[in-house]
Amino acid sequence: MTKILVLAEHDNNSLSGATLSVTKAAEMLGDEIDLICTTSNISNLEAEISTLTSVKKVHVFEDKIFENEIAENTVDCLIAVSDDYDYFLASSSTSGKNIMPRFAGLMDIQQISEVIEVVDGSTFKKPIYAGACIATVKTEQSRNVLTIRTTSFDKTSTDGGSAEFVKHDLPANNTNKPTFVKNELTVSDRPELTSADIVVSGGRGMQNSDNFKLLEGIATKLNAAIGASRAAVDSGFAPNDYQVGQTGKSVAPNLYVAVGISGAIQHLAGMKDSKTIVAINKDEEAPIFKVADYGLVADLFEALPELESKL
Amino acid sequence: MKILIPIKRVNDYNVKVRPNQANTDVDLSNVKMAVNPFCEIALEEAIRLKEGGNATEIIAVSVGDEKNQEQLRTALALGADRAILVKTDKALQPLDVSKVLVKVYEKESPNLVIMGKVGIDGDHNQTGQMFSALTNLPQITFASKVELNGNDVEVTREIDGGLETLSSSLPAVITTDLRLNEPRYASLPNIMKAKRKPLEELTVEELGVEVKPTVTTLKVESPPEREEGVKVENVDVLVEKLKNEAKVI
Ligand SMILES: Cc1cc2nc3c(=O)[nH]c(=O)nc-3n(C[C@H](O)[C@H](O)[C@H](O)COP(=O)(O)OP(=O)(O)OC[C@H]3O[C@@H](n4cnc5c(N)ncnc54)[C@H](O)[C@@H]3O)c2cc1C
Repeated sequence: MTKILVLAEHDNNSLSGATLSVTKAAEMLGDEIDLICTTSNISNLEAEISTLTSVKKVHVFEDKIFENEIAENTVDCLIAVSDDYDYFLASSSTSGKNIMPRFAGLMDIQQISEVIEVVDGSTFKKPIYAGACIATVKTEQSRNVLTIRTTSFDKTSTDGGSAEFVKHDLPANNTNKPTFVKNELTVSDRPELTSADIVVSGGRGMQNSDNFKLLEGIATKLNAAIGASRAAVDSGFAPNDYQVGQTGKSVAPNLYVAVGISGAIQHLAGMKDSKTIVAINKDEEAPIFKVADYGLVADLFEALPELESKL
Repeated sequence: MKILIPIKRVNDYNVKVRPNQANTDVDLSNVKMAVNPFCEIALEEAIRLKEGGNATEIIAVSVGDEKNQEQLRTALALGADRAILVKTDKALQPLDVSKVLVKVYEKESPNLVIMGKVGIDGDHNQTGQMFSALTNLPQITFASKVELNGNDVEVTREIDGGLETLSSSLPAVITTDLRLNEPRYASLPNIMKAKRKPLEELTVEELGVEVKPTVTTLKVESPPEREEGVKVENVDVLVEKLKNEAKVI
C-alpha cells in the first residue's frame, strides 16, 4: 500500500494553508496519508489538524527546540519516522525548501522540486528556467521526496477527520547545527500574499517607499495583499517577504495588479498563473502588457489616486 | 581561512530559454552561458571576506563538462585563487553534484562553503542542503547578510515571514539569496591574470562518485500562453471591466 508523509507547516499557532494544498497533492498519490508535526505546542494545532479529512495519523514531536525552525531538528524527526513511507511531501515555501532537500540527501533520494502537476505516481510536471519551460519528469526511485507549488493545487477537505495523534520522543543525534538568534517578522493585517484573492504589487516605477504607500489604500479597499518586484525590494520600498517571482513567492490570485513593474521573466515566473492580470505602466512597450488581461498605459501617480477613489 | 565556492554554468539570465523542436529538452545551442547569478553572489561574498582580512584562500569548483572551464576562468578573474573542475559528460542531478562536492570538501577541508541557493536553470534549490546533510556541517540557507566573528558566523536569512538570524561555528555551509551583495565585474587585467591561475582537472570517477540518473526528463514544453489582453483607455473603463467582465472585484 502506498504511504505518504506530509510535513505540517505552521508557526506553532496555526497550520499554514500550504499544508492543505500539499495534502491535496498527496491524495493524488494514494490514500494512506499521515502528517508529521514538529512543534513547541501541539495543543495549539491539534484541533485544526483534526479537521483534515484525509489524514490518518499525525506523528508529533513536541519540544521547545521547535519554537524556531532549525532544518536539522526537523530532518532528524523526519528520518526517525521515515521507514514506512513511499513519498515525503512539503510545500515549496522557504521552510520546505530548507528542510526537504536535507532530508532527501540523507535518504539518498533525488528530490523533485516545485511540482505543479501529478501525472501519475512516478511522473510529475515542474517549471524550469524561471517558468520559461515546463518539464515532465519521471522518477525511477521507489521512494520519493517532492516539494509542491501550492498555487497549483486546491486545498484538501477540512470537514473533519479522525486522525490519530502519536507522540514521539526526540531522536538522539549528533547533528551539527546553527543556533537561533532572532526573527524580524513582518506583521500585517492584510491577507497573506500567497493565499490572497487579490494582490496589488509595485515595482521600481513607484520611485520610493513613501510613494509605495500609494498602493495601500487600494489594497485596503480590495482586501488585497501587497507584493513587490525585486527592484522595489532591493531599493528598500518594501520588505523582502513581499517579493514575487522566481526567487520570491509564487502567487496565483484571482486578480493581480502590477503597478510600475516592467514584467521581467523572473517576475512573471511568480505571477503569470494569476486568473486576471492588470498592468499599469507608462511604457506601452513594457513586457508586462503581454501577459496582462487589462493594460492601462498611464502615469501611475495619476492612475493610482483615481483608481482608489473609484473603487 | 579557506573558502570553497561551487560554481554552476547556466544560461545567461537575460535569455529566455525555449524547448527544442522535439520537446525532449531545452534548446541551449545558441544560448549565451554564464556563471549562475547566485554562485556569483557566493563568490563575491568570499572575495569581500578575503579583502577584509578574514579569508586567505578562495577555491572555485565546478562539476560538469570541459566547457565549465569558461565559468571557472570567470571566477578566477573575479578573485578566486584557484579552481577545480570535476569532469563528467553525464547529466547531473543535485544529489550527484552534492556527492562530488563532499569529496572535494574532504580533499580541501575548507572552513566555509558558500554556494548559490538555486540554479536558475533547473530551479531545484537542493544542492547546498544536500551537501550540508552529507558532510554534517551546519546548514544556513538563503543568506542576505553574513558576519564573521572569529570562528563563528552570524547569518541573516530571507524567509517567507521576513528575516531570521542564525549563528554557527565554522565550518559551515551558507547558501546565498539575491540581496547578500552586488557582485563586481571582472577587470581586463584580472581576466588576463586569471589565465595563469591554477585550474586543476579531476574526474567524477577518480573521486569515486557514481552518477545515477534516477529522475529523467520525458518532455519539455512551453507553458500555456496567456491570451493577449486588451488596453483600456482610462481608469473608468478598467474598473468597469474588472467589475462586469472579469468579475473579480
Ligand atoms: C537570478 C535572478 C532572480 C530574480 N528574481 C526576481 C524575482 O523573484 N522577482 C522579481 O520581481 N524580479 C526578479 N529578478 C529581477 C528581474 O530581472 C528584474 O530586474 C525586476 O523584476 C525588475 O523590477 P521592476 O519591473 O520593478 O523594475 P524595472 O524593470 O525597472 O521596471 C520599472 C517599470 O516601471 C515603469 N514606470 C516607471 N515610472 C512609471 C510611472 N510614473 N508610471 C507608470 N509606470 C512607470 C517603467 O516603464 C518600467 O516598465 C531576478 C533577477 C535575477 C538575475
